[in-house]
Amino acid sequence: MKRIVLGLLAATAMVLPAFAADVQPAILYDLGGKFDKSFNEAAFHGAEKFKTETGTPYVEFEVSNASQREQALRRFAEDGHNPIVMAGFAWEDALKAVAKDYPDLNFAIIDDAVDMPNVRSLVFKENEGSYLVGIMAAMASKTKKVAFIGGMDIPLIRKFECGYVGGAKSAGATDVIQNMTGDTPAAWNDPAKGGEIAKTQIDQGADVVYAAAGGTGVGVLQAAADAGKLGIGVDSNQNGLQPGKVLTSMMKRVDIAVYTAFMDGKNGTFKGGVENLGLKEGGVDYAMDDNNKALVTDEMKAAVEKAKADIISGKIQVHDYTADNACPY
Amino acid sequence: MDVFIAIVQILDSTIRLSVPLLLACLAGLFSERSGIFDIGLEGKMLVGAFAGAAAASVFHSAFIGLGMAILISVAFAMVHGFASITHRGNQIVSGVAINFIAAGSTIILGQAWFQQGGRTPALQPGERFDAIVWPGAEAVRDVPIIGPIYAELISGHSLLVYLAFLMVPFTWWVLFRTRFGLRLRAVGENPAAVDTAGISVAWLRYRALICTGILTGVAGAYLSMVQNGGFVKDMTAGKGYIALAALIFAKWKPVNAMFACLLFGFLDAAAIRLQGSPLPIIGKVPVQFMQALPYILTVILLAGFIGKAIPPRAGGVPYVKER
Repeated sequence: MKRIVLGLLAATAMVLPAFAADVQPAILYDLGGKFDKSFNEAAFHGAEKFKTETGTPYVEFEVSNASQREQALRRFAEDGHNPIVMAGFAWEDALKAVAKDYPDLNFAIIDDAVDMPNVRSLVFKENEGSYLVGIMAAMASKTKKVAFIGGMDIPLIRKFECGYVGGAKSAGATDVIQNMTGDTPAAWNDPAKGGEIAKTQIDQGADVVYAAAGGTGVGVLQAAADAGKLGIGVDSNQNGLQPGKVLTSMMKRVDIAVYTAFMDGKNGTFKGGVENLGLKEGGVDYAMDDNNKALVTDEMKAAVEKAKADIISGKIQVHDYTADNACPY
Repeated sequence: MDVFIAIVQILDSTIRLSVPLLLACLAGLFSERSGIFDIGLEGKMLVGAFAGAAAASVFHSAFIGLGMAILISVAFAMVHGFASITHRGNQIVSGVAINFIAAGSTIILGQAWFQQGGRTPALQPGERFDAIVWPGAEAVRDVPIIGPIYAELISGHSLLVYLAFLMVPFTWWVLFRTRFGLRLRAVGENPAAVDTAGISVAWLRYRALICTGILTGVAGAYLSMVQNGGFVKDMTAGKGYIALAALIFAKWKPVNAMFACLLFGFLDAAAIRLQGSPLPIIGKVPVQFMQALPYILTVILLAGFIGKAIPPRAGGVPYVKER
């Protein structure tokens, strides 16, 4: 018993000095987990970039169930971490409860708009990025049937879906098969089910599958590659997960958002308010690298670049599902 | 014809989805028939999945992976046995503990060994069990009716799928046609009688748990090396519990267990396939309803249609010799 107590004391003593240093920023991940190869991992990369550039360490927390949210957030606020960045819309309620108790601290939430003076809300125009990968999917498809797999069935994921359908149809896809993995947060981390859905869609004739489903997407890309078809990744650059079998990835620059929030906090330039990041702001984009170079033809590339320019100039308006909960495509 | 092809494809998907359930269900059958409740099926599958994927990616061999999955899963079954047979602990508590240890240790070891957040590296071809295409499958594909059934449904699964379905008659044979099976069933009903006959109750139950461990190991290997190409945290996603429900549903009989698991698999496959597509008469059904359907039907079937399910009489009770 004595030894355990001593051990605990020693451990605490080692942790304390780390907290005593500079004011440290904090990052809280969502249920998919820090290493989901997708959304949360992008947030992690942003935080890591900040750490290597400034040398200031940060603290982090991965929730394993919804009841931990407020507790974890409050704990970080009490310790005086600043700014505190949350990855995921599901943090909204916890944030609203905690942010008003700590008006001097800065908070940032990704994927949700919370109207409070000390909160920066970072939302992305996923519909625009998805529109671009939709064009590529339709052009790469031989059957002109493409597929979409969402994670949890929520308006945010419908926004991806709607943009993708719009892009695919504009480039000649006749059918877009659409599935959601589930209705609970478990849908973000169920690669076996994702893979099975992908196989079913391929049975139905689809030959390009876009997954906007966090960790579930790993199984989708695997199933598409197994069947000799193409997958499309999301949030992070997932082209390398199945080299040569992933057409592209719809990149959502969560990493940049986290990095900027941390930097602004450090420099004292942190401002609240809603930031809506689209193609124009570099918030979303499609991924090109050595892994998918051979899959993307010049014709495809030209079409995507044209659409990108048109969206930035406002010539093409990609419908935002969350505006009216409907998809016109 | 399109409808027929669609049905064949749904059944094909049913087979893929029900294999892990079936293996876990048969595993539970061995253990529960011997009087040991095993709520730790989930955990044993999970460690099996992890050990399989980890070993396969390190040694570049699917069969070493499978062997490792079985080995580790049996080791966990032995821990359960040690707590609940030798030390007469509460079987439910021990089983839950196994689940927790499995969930935590796989992530920690995965992170320590591979630094990918509890994931194992993606398995390369040759490190997984690939689909076996039966002779002539492509040739007969265009023959009406029989062609698609042969090419889609019977051919083109991995070795473990065939193994799982062969385990059904094998389990039946072991349980109902061998001396070991007779004794195993007896020890689950009336261990005192078995003891009187001069047979060791503890050793019999340990042997039943070894069978359980082997089958959960194969189930885990299927998850991480056939269905997916690698281990992901918590990838069993409650399949161990569904297998337990199927076991009750099947009244602890192997052939019934197969049908119960196929039913669960079919409901899952149908939910995926029918999502978003309009049904005749009813029209378009909301996604949420389709996803809830397997569970709704389970409740209805369990509540009304199967009659009374009577578990082995000595289930859950540690055996204490009278002295």
